[in-house]
Amino acid sequence: MAAPWASLRLVAPMWNGRIRGIHRLGAAVAPEGSQKKKRTILQFLTNYFYDVEALRDYLLQGEMYKVHEKNRFRDKEWIRPDKYGHFSQEFWNFCEVPVEAVDAGDCDINYEGLDNLLRLKELQSLSLQRCSHVDDWCLSRLYPLADSLQELSLAGCPRISERGLACLHHLQNLRRLDISDLPAVSNPGLTQILVEEMLPNCEVVGVDWAEGLKSGPEEQPRDTASPVPA
Amino acid sequence: MIRRVLPHGMGRGLLTRRPGTRRGGFSLDWDGKVSEIKKKIKSILPGRSCDLLQDTSHLPPEHSDVVIVGGGVLGLSVAYWLKKLESRRGAIRVLVVERDHTYSQASTGLSVGGICQQFSLPENIQLSLFSASFLRNINEYLAVVDAPPLDLRFNPSGYLLLASEKDAAAMESNVKVQRWEGAKVSLMSPDQLRNKFPWINTEGVALASYGMEDEGWFDPWCLLQGLRRKVQSLGVLFCQGEVTRFVSSSQRMLTTDDKAVVLKRIHEVHVKMDRSLEYQPVECAIVINAAGAWSAQIAALAGVGEGPPGTLQGTKLPVEPRKRYVYVWHCPQGPGLETPLVADTSGAYFRREGLGSNYLGGRSPTEQEEPDPANLEVDHDFFQDKVWPHLALRVPAFETLKVQSAWAGYYDYNTFDQNGVVGPHPLVVNMYFATGFSGHGLQQAPGIGRAVAEMVLKGRFQTIDLSPFLFTRFYLGEKIQENNII
Repeated sequence: MAAPWASLRLVAPMWNGRIRGIHRLGAAVAPEGSQKKKRTILQFLTNYFYDVEALRDYLLQGEMYKVHEKNRFRDKEWIRPDKYGHFSQEFWNFCEVPVEAVDAGDCDINYEGLDNLLRLKELQSLSLQRCSHVDDWCLSRLYPLADSLQELSLAGCPRISERGLACLHHLQNLRRLDISDLPAVSNPGLTQILVEEMLPNCEVVGVDWAEGLKSGPEEQPRDTASPVPA
Repeated sequence: MIRRVLPHGMGRGLLTRRPGTRRGGFSLDWDGKVSEIKKKIKSILPGRSCDLLQDTSHLPPEHSDVVIVGGGVLGLSVAYWLKKLESRRGAIRVLVVERDHTYSQASTGLSVGGICQQFSLPENIQLSLFSASFLRNINEYLAVVDAPPLDLRFNPSGYLLLASEKDAAAMESNVKVQRWEGAKVSLMSPDQLRNKFPWINTEGVALASYGMEDEGWFDPWCLLQGLRRKVQSLGVLFCQGEVTRFVSSSQRMLTTDDKAVVLKRIHEVHVKMDRSLEYQPVECAIVINAAGAWSAQIAALAGVGEGPPGTLQGTKLPVEPRKRYVYVWHCPQGPGLETPLVADTSGAYFRREGLGSNYLGGRSPTEQEEPDPANLEVDHDFFQDKVWPHLALRVPAFETLKVQSAWAGYYDYNTFDQNGVVGPHPLVVNMYFATGFSGHGLQQAPGIGRAVAEMVLKGRFQTIDLSPFLFTRFYLGEKIQENNII
């Protein structure tokens, strides 16, 4: 019973005998002492009467909802669609806030759709993982993001080949590039090496350089008595 | 109904038991026989060639609405757009006549395959932009049922053109025109150039223009085969043969100033079969000259240029074959994956080929150094003396290169102004040209095909206005010079 009180730190509702002042958010104006007294009276009533308890819980829920509405985007990493696939309308209030990261993984974004992403001049992280329509032509469009883009992920895109990766050299501020699992790249190990040479300040992730190397002739089984070679 | 026409012998055949037949079942190829008989009856009916007495299936048809001379990328592009833009399905019968189905000397297959928008003429830039969007959506344009999608292997690495002091102003104004038309080109100073491409030696370079989007190189064979496959699925007929004669009729007409003019109209095209004397006269309504380096011969067959020099009748088609060499070399310390197609101030160019430190490139010879276009033999001394010094100067890493192979191909070079000829001839009224592009035919082929198809079907250019490219400019002397020819 005491737990709901602890979470309502932002709200200090005014508790009268009637429940009028509950809708006021913000710091309580009433002095500490009277509040404490009021709390214990209500606590006492709640402990004894189910109706009062039910009423208080109902009003509490209303307050909590309002608080969470106000703080929806705070401390949250990503703005996601809800379970129906809709983004909330509150998003429009943040028009002037620069977008720093876009996760377009598993989207049907294509060459013309990239128009929308290229206008984000302060984009730092872009993820195009498993986008089935992103191909080499799309990669050649990414150069306007060169000043700000620091992280790019192209993992799992079936249409990207090493020819498209060649035009990523415009993105000189890139610090992390993920090119794992690209089925259309003909020689992943060699491509990784060439991309690393092309972008010296960038950490290129996803392909082991030894991939594609053929294993050498099998070593002869060593005699246990012989010394271990250096 | 057809079964009653069966000859009597068939009836007996039905009843005889053949080995391997099941008791009571028919194992004869009933449907095959019926369709054969239907074919024979159809060939007797009027409107079709009579194949009963002699087999003419290897010959082209006797009638065709449009005959396209030349089956390279330009000819196939015209065929494709004619079929795409026709008003009703199956409205136009198109025949493509190609002398060599292996395309061993055709400019398309031997091309370096680059596409760029860095031209000085707005029409060239628009054509190139159209072609870039065509290539980008090639699997929507050239989709054939049950066939695998095309992989053009497009490298979007762009073109880097370098200009010396005296060309810098021209380059700047060209870039302005290119940007106006919608090409994404950036200008770079020598410092920026060194920053971006540390392997370049910027000595003698005052300005550089770098294409950022829609520029690069691709596989021309793939485009050719894709066009061929699509065009065959649309019902265009192919024929391997050589055009040896045009049968035409003339008409004497008076212009508005009461001057006599002789207008010619081609009625028949004689197509000679490979390695034989047999020929087929194909009755046609329109002839399209897309014969590339040999367009002048085809035009001469039609009577273009037969007349006193200085008149419209006497103006020949100024397209001739010019041999160009392409060399492939290996250089392990060469420029990296980001290398664009670099065109030097001296005219030498090179680009990367594949992942393995291979490069290919060449240089256009000057007028005096022009090699003999009689064959496609490669002159390796040309590389040693005229190409390598410029490459090594521009990219110091290329001092230690090793040539792996080389080939030669023809430019259908327009000696007048190095730009293409598109549209009808003013006197031979049903011959249309799509030739003379002097090295940028491949990259402009989709756009030109559409322009010629619109001219044929609608009588005017609709998408891109190519009226500066008409034949009449040779007579009027109006040169539209293109400055950025590689």
